[in-house]
Amino acid sequence: MKPRTIIEKVWDSHIVAEKPGAPSLIYIDLHLVHEVTSPQAFAGLRTRGLKVRRPDLTFATVDHSTPTTPRSFPIVDQIAATQVAQLETNAKDFGIPYFGFQSAHQGICHVIGPEQGLTQPGMTVVCGDSHTSTHGAFGALAFGIGTSEVEHVLATQCLLGRRSRTYEVRVDGTLKPGVTAKDIILALIARVGIGGATGCVFEYRGSAIGALSMEERMTVCNMSIEAGARAGLIAPDDTTYEFVAGRKFAPKGADWDAAVARWRQLPTDDGAVYDHTISIDASALEPMITFGTNPGMGISISGAVPDPASMSDPLERDSLIKALKYMDLEAGKPLAGHAIDVVFIGSCTNSRMSDLRAAASVLKGRKVSPKVRVMVVPGSQEIKRQAQAEGLDQIFRDAGAEWREAGCSMCIAMNGDQLQPGQYSVSTSNRNFEGRQGKGGRTFLASPLTAAASAVMGVVTDVRTLL
Amino acid sequence: MADKFTPFESKMVPFGVDNIDTDQIIPARFLKTISKDGLGDQLFYDWRYDASGAPKPDFVLNTPEAKTRQILVGGDNFGCGSSREHAPWALTQYGFRAVISTSFADIFKGNSLKNGLLPIVVPKDVHAWLFANPDAVLKVDLSTLTLPDGRTVEFPIDPFSQYCLREGVDELGYILHQEPAIATFEGERMGSLNTLG
Repeated sequence: MKPRTIIEKVWDSHIVAEKPGAPSLIYIDLHLVHEVTSPQAFAGLRTRGLKVRRPDLTFATVDHSTPTTPRSFPIVDQIAATQVAQLETNAKDFGIPYFGFQSAHQGICHVIGPEQGLTQPGMTVVCGDSHTSTHGAFGALAFGIGTSEVEHVLATQCLLGRRSRTYEVRVDGTLKPGVTAKDIILALIARVGIGGATGCVFEYRGSAIGALSMEERMTVCNMSIEAGARAGLIAPDDTTYEFVAGRKFAPKGADWDAAVARWRQLPTDDGAVYDHTISIDASALEPMITFGTNPGMGISISGAVPDPASMSDPLERDSLIKALKYMDLEAGKPLAGHAIDVVFIGSCTNSRMSDLRAAASVLKGRKVSPKVRVMVVPGSQEIKRQAQAEGLDQIFRDAGAEWREAGCSMCIAMNGDQLQPGQYSVSTSNRNFEGRQGKGGRTFLASPLTAAASAVMGVVTDVRTLL
Repeated sequence: MADKFTPFESKMVPFGVDNIDTDQIIPARFLKTISKDGLGDQLFYDWRYDASGAPKPDFVLNTPEAKTRQILVGGDNFGCGSSREHAPWALTQYGFRAVISTSFADIFKGNSLKNGLLPIVVPKDVHAWLFANPDAVLKVDLSTLTLPDGRTVEFPIDPFSQYCLREGVDELGYILHQEPAIATFEGERMGSLNTLG
């Protein structure tokens, strides 16, 4: 048999039907559902009189439009409250397992899937959310879909799709202190560009990827879409199996042994050929930060904001001019030292235990700048409890940061957590689009370490000066 | 059944910005709706209206002729970012039936085709010509764009999407007809399928 990549292996093993002139029909192993992109899909099912085919392969939670204020308060925004209530009704009517607003297991869908052991190697995972690629960290083929496709999967557990091109991302070498998984992915997106991997699925590999924890791998895979890739994955290894073992929905006993034996067949065969390849030297990376209005506009923390005069393509030059105008930044100047108003530590990119521990390691015994509002938003209720058990909440509070309830929060600014017009934030989230964190708000994307260091200094800061 | 596609003619709304993301097409705060309706007025909201909610006179969608045009010409990598299908819903509710660019983000392209909005990819030279001649009337068919001088530009569209648009085939209906194959697949995999409790 021709050597195959893990991307091809997972795809091939999920083909339900292939007919000439039509896309492949692909089976979906896990469908995560949240309140924002699903109501119209459930309405479609009701109109047609259809059931959810596999409620046992479907899982719902609320995260996007839910407040991160104490759960003892109701949802004040009535439109959001209606949306949350609608998901609860839909989950009940269609028999879907559901972690609701008051659940002790609620959280960002891409955080709780892995946390509960729902996400497993070799699966196909979809969700009406582009950051579904997060689950690729487990060697799953995981991608975001629109609401029409949410309806298709609810009704049939299948999707029509075409094979993506394969894109190898080799990351070798050892990260230097202060440089993290977030910096690897921001550096990749800066090199590939925001549309550079359109039509492709990334496979991240190499010694620097193998050395990452599962949480760090999730951070890398999470932002695959920001380079245009449909998905991004990492072949499972012992690190993966150790993480999955014993979790609530993970296979147990003999089923576990059989599953691991199956998963060990997943990694890319020697001699498999990728459509594209890029190499990154992890040891040469510095902490990264974005300066512009898409995640591809990133630089090293010691670098300078690029000059539009140096761009040859007129549309690219115009984009950069537009971005610098919106961000009110001067070309050629460093970003380090730029004053900020808000620091946001959270999102499906960086809201897990290791992220919170990293931020706490910088904030411990320090105070955040009085000029800066600092929000720490755990990815799930379970993470919140674990962080509290470790005393991280106290470190954050003592430093002057807010410790909030779980949700997407200021990453997407749908729930009242948002920047005011003109404010600057350093955020550990995944998008710096115009207005993404609040109308008129300006976002610098960075790692939890960089965010925490900037919170202390009140300006964009190279965390290595505080280590 | 979905609506059948019919060829149409229109002038263009030129919007020469690269990497227009779906957060711009429809800002996230408008996604709290549980309906598909009413999104046309919110299309490009933060670029289209000032802080008081008044239309910005210099924005392309606020010109008197924009409302009469069914083709938006955008920059490269149109529709990147979030998977929200609210983006093509907002575009079609405003009145657009096609978006022309040099490339589209994957999810946006798929979402558009499911809503009768044609994502048309053209070469750079054609793209530049369109921007220079936004008042030209284009003829749009399922795989061809005809310019006023008679030049016909073929654009890539997969045969299945073309078939669905031409015949008004609804994809879910098509998948539901494959029930026997789905049942067989599930039966064969039951032993190894990860059941979620």
